[in-house]
Amino acid sequence: MTEKTAYNERLEQKLTTIFAGGHSKYHEKMKEQNKLFVRDRLALLFDDGVYLEDGRFANSEAGDLPADGVVTATGKVGGQQVCVMANDSTVKAGSWGSRTVEKIIRIQEIAEKTRVPMLYLVDSAGARITDQLDMFPNRRGAGRIFHNQVRMSGFVPQVCLLFGPSAAGGAYIPAFCDIVIMVEGNASMYLGSPRMAEKVIGEKVTLEEMGGARMHCTVSGCGDVLVTSEQEAIAEVQRYLAYFPANFTEMPKVVELKAVKEGRSLEAIIPENQNAPFDMYEAIDQLIDEGSLFDIKKLFATEIITGLARIEGQAVGIIANQPKSKGGVLFGDSADKAAKFINLCDAFGIPLLFLADVPGFMIGTKVERAGIIRHGAKLIMAMSSATVPKISVIVRKAYGAGLYAMAGPAFEPDVCIALPTAQIAVMGPEAAVNAVLANKIESIEDPKERLKFVQEKHQEYKEQIDLYKLASEMIIDEIVAPSDLREVLAMRFSAYSTKHIPQPPRKHPVYPV
Amino acid sequence: MKQLLSTMAGTVFTIGVSEGDEVTAGQTVLVLESMKMEIPIEAETAGKVATINARIGDFVNEGDVLLTFE
Repeated sequence: MTEKTAYNERLEQKLTTIFAGGHSKYHEKMKEQNKLFVRDRLALLFDDGVYLEDGRFANSEAGDLPADGVVTATGKVGGQQVCVMANDSTVKAGSWGSRTVEKIIRIQEIAEKTRVPMLYLVDSAGARITDQLDMFPNRRGAGRIFHNQVRMSGFVPQVCLLFGPSAAGGAYIPAFCDIVIMVEGNASMYLGSPRMAEKVIGEKVTLEEMGGARMHCTVSGCGDVLVTSEQEAIAEVQRYLAYFPANFTEMPKVVELKAVKEGRSLEAIIPENQNAPFDMYEAIDQLIDEGSLFDIKKLFATEIITGLARIEGQAVGIIANQPKSKGGVLFGDSADKAAKFINLCDAFGIPLLFLADVPGFMIGTKVERAGIIRHGAKLIMAMSSATVPKISVIVRKAYGAGLYAMAGPAFEPDVCIALPTAQIAVMGPEAAVNAVLANKIESIEDPKERLKFVQEKHQEYKEQIDLYKLASEMIIDEIVAPSDLREVLAMRFSAYSTKHIPQPPRKHPVYPV
Repeated sequence: MKQLLSTMAGTVFTIGVSEGDEVTAGQTVLVLESMKMEIPIEAETAGKVATINARIGDFVNEGDVLLTFE
């Protein structure tokens, strides 16, 4: 309890003004948009609503700029200490002045020194143009925020919760975070506003179409998790952080195991016909602790699933082809999505599980012109250079470079397991027979004879790539019945948990970005 | 008017609805064949099929309109 003195009263008054944020009309506006006041966001985020704040009096003498429009704080989330910067959009629309920027830089420095996760709660119109010389181009100007983010990338987890706009240069805060959680309807990211787009390039477009949360989570891939409210966003970041250690030197926490979700067996879920679709999510449910999947980029490049999950309490990162979407074929976007996810898991010691059911990379003019080879190279490099425990499970087909992308035997997975439904080959039987024998097939005039010939060749080809032949040649390490897979994975991940691979002496690879 | 677009380049393999049919969100209305795979195309929202713009065996590119809804 603070003792009553004149100077304490003055302090009390100052604090009351600061805690109130901007003008009441802006608080009203936030309510209309289903947005929470910055201090209410922080109260929800931190355990018991408790946190320490720095730079509270920043610009307090200016009168209308309490805390200079940003709250920077440290406190616990799910028992883990984290640092946070949170824009206050009731103060000059959350825009950045020189002290705003300095506060953000300082809290980043604290996160780096104390080696704890850094969260960015963004709701900001961007630079305060009137203050630009003080906050934009200098050594400790806004650019330093991004420089710090890059420096801290892979050192501590960095997450962005996007509650409002993240405009122009400010849009790079989410871009350098590990993941971005966006509130539909309110969150947006763009370099130039629709008004600017109309003035400068003559395009007429709405904010939602050009930079809205749904667009970024489904089309551009700049957003990772789409939520419908701020409360949901905060619950999601709490759930996400539980998979991560405080920094790269520590290991992810292990929690109490849960049984799998009740459902059909993997034997019933996975069709033997290689070409028939099925829902990989249903299969994943039979491998992981119930309710443990944290899906990243669920709505983007849906032909590949990337998510954090737990197997018998241990955190794992799952990369799985989704045959139900685009046949599970890999595209440029799917490669980008998986590459970033692998980098994320590898940075923080989260082991990787690849579930392969992949006909290969997409072919055709459209994807070649879009550079599918260089996009695919990003995925293969990320997978190949990951040094965390890496298990490759061939669920059904793994054709061509698809086998490589999904951590096939050449890429040093700790084990390459095949289910009895697996089929590993340069290409599928239909494509292979056609590729090798097209002229011969066409020269057979009698349709019945032709069909008979083709079927015989299919059979021969299938025998050549028979799974037991591959196992006998030690190409794959293990064949496991689908219903035993979860247990095998739990044992193997535990066995590989001390894995260490010395790196070749060099600065870094030349990334194929 | 809502349109259902092809998610990837391929050939129309089967069409599971007729013009005038009511479909539910998530219902497979058409199957493409591409990369030797069957690719189910699902309706994003419920609606009544107005036109079917592709025939079995047609080559369609990513983004081509397969169906329109009323």
